[in-house]
Amino acid sequence: MQFDQILQYTLSGLSTGAIYALIGIGFSIIYNSTGIINFAQGEFVMLGGMLTLFFIGVLKLPIWAAMPCAVLVSALGGLLFERLAIRPLRQPTPINIVIITIGGSILIRGLAMLLWGKDTHSLPPFSGDDPIAIGGATILPQHLWILAITVVIIAANKFFFYHTISGKAMRACSYNSRAAGLVGIDVRRMVLFSFVISSAMGAVAGIIVAPLTMTAYDVGVMLGLKGFCAAIIGGMSSGVATVVGGLILGVLESLGAGLISSGYKDAIAFIILLLILFIRPQGLFGKAESERV
Amino acid sequence: MKKELLKFLAFAVLVLAAPYALSGGYIMNVLVFVGINTMLAVALNLLLGYAGQISLGHAGFFGLGAYLSGILTTTAGWNPWLVMPLAAALVGVMAFVIGFPILKLKGHYLAMATLGLGIIIYIVFNETVDYTGGPSGLSGIPNLSAGSITFDSDVKNYYLIWSFTLAVCLFAINLANSRVGRALRAIHDSEVAARVVGVNARLLKVQIFALSAMISALAGSLYAHTMTFISPASFGFNFSIELLTMVVIGGLGSIYGSFLGAALLTLLPEFLRAAQDYDIVIYGGMLMVMVMFMPGGLVRGVPDLVRKLVKPRGGDRHA
Amino acid sequence: MLEVSGITQIFGGVTALEDVSFSINKSDITGVIGPNGAGKTTLFNIITGIYTQTAGKVILEGRDVSGLPAERLAPLGMVRTFQNIELFGGMTVLENVMVGMHTRSSCGLLACSLKMPWAMKEESRIRAGALRWLEFAGIADLADVVAGNLPFGQGRLLEIARSLAVEPRIILMDEPAAGLNSQETLGLARLIRSIRDMGITVVLVEHDMELVMDICDRIVVLNLGKKLAEGTPREIQDNREVIAAYLGDE
Repeated sequence: MQFDQILQYTLSGLSTGAIYALIGIGFSIIYNSTGIINFAQGEFVMLGGMLTLFFIGVLKLPIWAAMPCAVLVSALGGLLFERLAIRPLRQPTPINIVIITIGGSILIRGLAMLLWGKDTHSLPPFSGDDPIAIGGATILPQHLWILAITVVIIAANKFFFYHTISGKAMRACSYNSRAAGLVGIDVRRMVLFSFVISSAMGAVAGIIVAPLTMTAYDVGVMLGLKGFCAAIIGGMSSGVATVVGGLILGVLESLGAGLISSGYKDAIAFIILLLILFIRPQGLFGKAESERV
Repeated sequence: MKKELLKFLAFAVLVLAAPYALSGGYIMNVLVFVGINTMLAVALNLLLGYAGQISLGHAGFFGLGAYLSGILTTTAGWNPWLVMPLAAALVGVMAFVIGFPILKLKGHYLAMATLGLGIIIYIVFNETVDYTGGPSGLSGIPNLSAGSITFDSDVKNYYLIWSFTLAVCLFAINLANSRVGRALRAIHDSEVAARVVGVNARLLKVQIFALSAMISALAGSLYAHTMTFISPASFGFNFSIELLTMVVIGGLGSIYGSFLGAALLTLLPEFLRAAQDYDIVIYGGMLMVMVMFMPGGLVRGVPDLVRKLVKPRGGDRHA
Repeated sequence: MLEVSGITQIFGGVTALEDVSFSINKSDITGVIGPNGAGKTTLFNIITGIYTQTAGKVILEGRDVSGLPAERLAPLGMVRTFQNIELFGGMTVLENVMVGMHTRSSCGLLACSLKMPWAMKEESRIRAGALRWLEFAGIADLADVVAGNLPFGQGRLLEIARSLAVEPRIILMDEPAAGLNSQETLGLARLIRSIRDMGITVVLVEHDMELVMDICDRIVVLNLGKKLAEGTPREIQDNREVIAAYLGDE
């Protein structure tokens, strides 16, 4: 096992890990304000990439315009999803919510397949694909873009949640929605916001990773699940813990695929998921909860 | 209970008489699949509808049964009738062991964990090429035979599969209306209250998970011997979702609902041959519509709807 | 009958209970009272195996049951009802009580599904027994009503009937009179007395002082997680500290 190889896997793992972190934070934001795990989160990631391609290819927008449009449309999708699927639910039991979000994810995926077919497509990398050497490893410019954009988004997130009224209101809802309602916070609107923000973040994740891994109608499934795994490792935090979770997952997955077997690459994430859920469901950094009766 | 028995007998008679009313190998073939899917849906319903525990990985157990039967009867040349119960037992033990940690989880976390489990199993099917043949699948699985009869035609397979399915249905109906069935439903409605009156919720959940897995594995073995060819594609996450859809649409907690859901979802693609790519959209749409407007499934929703249409509003209100 | 010794419960940074000890006498009706937040429900949850205490022991009929989970306590003769009644809403009233007889029956997965004759006999016995408990609680006419549709007062009675079906030796009730009108509360008092007359020990957490003073033989008072006082209703009524705890120092 050469050091160069390990460095290579680690670096590319960090970059995929950043993607998982973004998606994971999306899960956490919704979970924290509603107690819901949005199974459809991965589909917004898919929409980011696919919509960008659509705007470039069909509407002939330049790439720098197509991307924000895709994010906006995905955010709109998130809004519609909350309004049409989540809010009207008469009996919001966990089973019903799981089923409706799964139904939603299938629907979105199916629509994507009808509109855009089953082919995989790729987005052009943001600034070319000349490899950059670091140590004995090489990374692509896109990797740097991913890390940079992730950092920006995390910082923006932090700012929003801790230094703006709306953000603080959303955090209040996540700690105690009844109390939040009593002090005048429009809880329903906060719930809507959380869906909008999560789908926008997911879309961004989808866009920045598409140049590396191609995009197609069904990439949302795996990415969503792995993002969820990152969130679980981070204890459903919408901050640093999930970022760390995503990075750990990305690196472990990359090392495992490179050093052990690439066929089992996807299984690594799920084995980690099961292990965390079994041994430490509150995440690596969280505290255990006790049930109130 | 007499009523239950009569309902079941009527159902059984319908099932057994169907081949005489219908003709054509094709419809028989489809009905064989309805039989297998009904068995799977009933198995999932016991876990989801009665005990209230979500599993999104049942295709994995189905696949395990299929591959265990497939591999042991081809490569090792064992007798299929010996392998079937062995495979079911093995899967049952595996589910029992993994059930303890997995069923400590609830709601979304349980859903994700079972999803993860199902996907891991699917990946194993794809990767252990030496045993399973990988993505290209495993062929040459022998048909079952009993005495001089070999089950190699659609009609014979129909009776073979449906004998098992009817037995499973009867088993499930009896279970649902018994002490154990009540305990399961109690766990579903209020686990803490069930525990307080002495129901060992943890153990019972694991037992039903294992039973559900065993029945799914049995369905898998039967599927393998009927199709004589299996591949991992049939045992992935998509099929787990399909099974979930069958149970939800038919009606959680209703055995006949599972049959209805299985029948609908098996026959629907046949009618949608022309619009094949629309099937994913339709599943997704159906799931959402069902949960929003008919959370009790078709088996409760349709009679309710009919009742509402037949009786004018305000029927039992006083002036 | 039941002894609670040195129970301490700490949740995160909050000490919900601190060194609480008292004894419950057999066939007594004992009340546990105290201002809101005193830790009464937490104490119940510990005694009945839903929480595990940070320290201390619970001894039932001489046997240390500390840390045993709730499902192990029912066969040992202890059962409880809940503040927010926990019914099996999807099942009928009769079926709810039949579940109460779970520990008095034994047909398992296989025997039940295969409909063994002895299992069938047991099933009729369970049904008959459940009906008798419904009659005792006065709600036999509601046997086929879906439990989720019951009005609150009758839901309470159902929960009690279900608990009695366990054939317990001690029953702990968490605020049984909450949400009941005065008529229903009188009925409850009668029911609790007849339960005690069957030899079952009753412990109640309650806020309804009239009920407590009326039916209880002994009272334990908790305040801010500690035991404040213990004694007969008369003694408690005259206890200055108890009065101060409820009304505040004047």
